[in-house]
Amino acid sequence: MDTTEVLEGSEAVALAVQACCPQVISAYPISPQTHIVEALARMVANGDLNSQYVRVESEFSAASVVSGASAAGSRAYTASSSQGLLLMTEVLYASAGMRLPFVMTGVNRAISAPITIQVDHQDTISLRDAGLIQLYVESSQEAYDMHIAAFKIAEDPRIMLPVLVCMDGWILTHSYERVSCLSQEQVDRFLPPFQPENFLDVNDPKSWGSYAEEDVLMEFKYAVQKAMQYSKGRITEISSELATITGRDHGGLIEAYRTTDAEVILLAMGSVVGTIKETIDKLRSQGERVGLIKIRCYRPFPFEDILKNIKEAKVIAVLDANVSVGSEGAVGMDLKAKLCGRPGVPLVIDFIAGLGGREVNEDRIVEIVEKAQELGKSGLPLDESYWVGLNPEIVP
Amino acid sequence: MRISMGAVVPGGTSLEYKTGSWRDQQPVLNMELCKKCGMCESVCPDSAVHEKSEIYRIDYDYCKGCGLCAYECPANAIQMIPEEK
Repeated sequence: MDTTEVLEGSEAVALAVQACCPQVISAYPISPQTHIVEALARMVANGDLNSQYVRVESEFSAASVVSGASAAGSRAYTASSSQGLLLMTEVLYASAGMRLPFVMTGVNRAISAPITIQVDHQDTISLRDAGLIQLYVESSQEAYDMHIAAFKIAEDPRIMLPVLVCMDGWILTHSYERVSCLSQEQVDRFLPPFQPENFLDVNDPKSWGSYAEEDVLMEFKYAVQKAMQYSKGRITEISSELATITGRDHGGLIEAYRTTDAEVILLAMGSVVGTIKETIDKLRSQGERVGLIKIRCYRPFPFEDILKNIKEAKVIAVLDANVSVGSEGAVGMDLKAKLCGRPGVPLVIDFIAGLGGREVNEDRIVEIVEKAQELGKSGLPLDESYWVGLNPEIVP
Repeated sequence: MRISMGAVVPGGTSLEYKTGSWRDQQPVLNMELCKKCGMCESVCPDSAVHEKSEIYRIDYDYCKGCGLCAYECPANAIQMIPEEK
């Protein structure tokens, strides 16, 4: 039987990872990720989790340990945040290329400088092109469910890619909410043991990521691209398979919220989605035709699913908790690139919202909706992203 | 040839990749000057110098022409000459 408890978000993730029984866990502490790996270390020390917990001197080594463990045929897990994720970057690109399906939690935190511990999505968005599947969650319950799905997605024989589950630091990891956990039997039935075709074996030596030149490198990259595209269907299937077990349907690649007949649709991911839903309910009760598309899966980019849900929309307001400095927010760029050249598509306005923990509350969301409605009337795109809640007067 | 997932290959297959094609300078060993000290064999980063019955031979399939052997040879028995293809 499943159990419902009031849990800290980090504890919920640790319980999900515990239920998936990774044989190897390796991590280096960094806020706000630390509580997750502390909880896992405690489980291992107390004999509640039969894993090798490898303490390392840096995130680079943590990623290297799980990469090697995964090549050896072990289910493996790590977690990090911010600068730690950046330090892992080189290993993560290689891991995706070597098709090593470990799972990691990216607890979102802004990138230095200036140094900060506050939340935004710059860290995981910076890993956008690495070949990791990137999933974003709205709540601790979704984080619990998503981690269990993540191992199954990663280990699909036709996917075989690392999966990065992204959750907002502090807002989710350090707050308490009701979380229902599955029983071990339920998880075991859902998630079969990891049995890769190739694994490191002293009796049958193999090399991973062997040298490739101009005659095949492109095909290796295309193979990862194909696996990513294929994963879209599997992520949707695995999400609904899990939903039938849990009774909780968080959506597939996206969740469309009140998008039917919506003229303004907000596109967002992470914990801000909960606030947006509440704001939309209020605006709807005042007769405003507003909806939301929550991105659950950012890589692969769920363009087809988005397209199906924006038929009536005049404006799409994208909330980007990141900025590709010198251009605009990454999610906005993705959507614009995919819509470009199609007839009758809505106007897309990119809003930079929530950098470095800047609060995105109901008032700010109303401001975004009003700005989107105003721009929708003119029909003209903005030359630059709209920075929500910015105080330009203090900028030198 | 179909590529493998993750560029996984059986052990020892790097031998099939003849890195000697990268060479633009070729080491030539003069056995009359060679003192058989083995320095060239020890310093070769590609393990491309082999000794058999005190005769040293350079394996041009894998020698990249870095010139370390010629630089280190105490008897000046190895000369680097331009590679011709």
